[in-house]
Amino acid sequence: MNADASIISNQEHPGAAAGSHADSCHEPIIRVNDLRITTAMGNRPLIDGISFDVQPGETVGLVGESGSGKSLTLRAIMGLLPEGVVLADSESISISEHKRLAMIFQDPVSSLDPLTGVARQVAEVMRYNQHLPRREAQAQAADLLISLGLPASLRAADRYPGQLSGGQCQRVGIAIALATKPDILLCDEPTTALDVTVQLQILDLLADLRERLGLTMLFVTHNLGVAAHLCDRLIVMQHGRIVEAGATEDVLNNPQQEYTRRLVSAILPIPGEQDR
Amino acid sequence: MTRHASSALFEMRGITVHYGGFTAVDHVSLSLPKGRAIGIVGESGAGKSTLARVAAGLIAPAEGQVLLAGQPLAPIRRTREQRRRVQMVFQNPDSSLNPSHSVYRILSEGMLLHHTLGSRPSREVITRRCLELLRMVGLGESAGILSRRPQAFSGGQRQRIAIARALAVNPDVLVADEPTSALDVSVQHEILDLLAELRQTNGLSLMLITHDLGVANALCDDIMVMRGGRSVVHKSTEGLFADPGPQYAQDLLAAARSVSIAPGMRG
Repeated sequence: MNADASIISNQEHPGAAAGSHADSCHEPIIRVNDLRITTAMGNRPLIDGISFDVQPGETVGLVGESGSGKSLTLRAIMGLLPEGVVLADSESISISEHKRLAMIFQDPVSSLDPLTGVARQVAEVMRYNQHLPRREAQAQAADLLISLGLPASLRAADRYPGQLSGGQCQRVGIAIALATKPDILLCDEPTTALDVTVQLQILDLLADLRERLGLTMLFVTHNLGVAAHLCDRLIVMQHGRIVEAGATEDVLNNPQQEYTRRLVSAILPIPGEQDR
Repeated sequence: MTRHASSALFEMRGITVHYGGFTAVDHVSLSLPKGRAIGIVGESGAGKSTLARVAAGLIAPAEGQVLLAGQPLAPIRRTREQRRRVQMVFQNPDSSLNPSHSVYRILSEGMLLHHTLGSRPSREVITRRCLELLRMVGLGESAGILSRRPQAFSGGQRQRIAIARALAVNPDVLVADEPTSALDVSVQHEILDLLAELRQTNGLSLMLITHDLGVANALCDDIMVMRGGRSVVHKSTEGLFADPGPQYAQDLLAAARSVSIAPGMRG
């Protein structure tokens, strides 16, 4: 991977990694203040006044069960709210100036265009975002994909999503997000649709990219184990509210709320060799 | 052809299934004594669901034999009695329950087909049995539930209804294909507790298909790890976690452990 590091180094934002120490130590990169989202029809609150900050370079996990509002919160930050829901106050979300957001999705296969080669899909994003000429974009896209673990044969011949595995498609999804040179990566259950060994590879890839690019990450998952693997801090949600928030270790080892305790105790342990 | 040799209630011998030119299951054998639970674990494409479908008699294997109490079962065309004794619960209760049928109809259809309540049971007898089943799966005992349709229930409740339907005909073997994968973790816990309890009280034998080693560990006496249609390793649950054996099983366990947290073991 090192040979291609320059391709995914964040040249336009050299301060992205260093900046977290220098100028923006107390300035959150994402600020969510009293976020409220309701259904367009009724007044049923889907997100019921939540607030949190994300500091530059942090990885924060939004965890909870179905219907907790974790994905909706992420989509509100991305500006991708589904139809039929209303954001009460657009001021309730603020992103630091000039900071760019990108998102990766749960189902890598359905989030790609099945009729377009994957390198071409990444190249399209590069052409649009970086105004690269077509050939240049195509070459850089192939390089980026290969640096993320796709086969080197992509340089010679593009492949369709249907010709790739689920894990490879998720790498393409990550490449598309990185092609926009983001400062903040929003991840919506990016490993839920993947097998456990592939899940680990993708989590390791995300951790590696975070280090090298100084990415800030907001990570939505229902899986506390996955959250623990990657996140500095956890925000536990239920029914559109924040139940508990804190450092990952504290939340898992010493949950303060009954609901969090229930979630933690529902984790099924995998016996380790040390348990013998 | 009849064999009484083994103590196994349910047995699969040398099962092989082809889909076109693709071999989905390749000479897999297992045996399941009464009241025991075996977990079939593996990643996508390992062949675990195909094996489950062969066990339930929904797919005919190209080779191999399924035996119940020593009697070989005909592929697919099982007798009604043989079908009654091996029941299946599917991953997604939304698609396995008919949305236009009431809970009463969902639960009673099997009883009437298999005459488990005699040849012409009265509505009272059926209702009593339905309520007994609902109590067994933890859905309460109110008769009002019986007239409701699946969409009136949550995902976890629907899976309980699907389990109640399988139990309605007093099976000996329950084949459960990812029964908790579509459910939230706290609900998953409840369904696993329910399955464990049913094993205890009804002496049910369980074949559990899961991609989740934590689920298999929580419920099963034995675990078979499958990959590419083959059985990679097949041991007692304790034995597997102590010494997974082949490289693939080691990798699978390591990957699962790395994203799993045993409460109190972190930090």
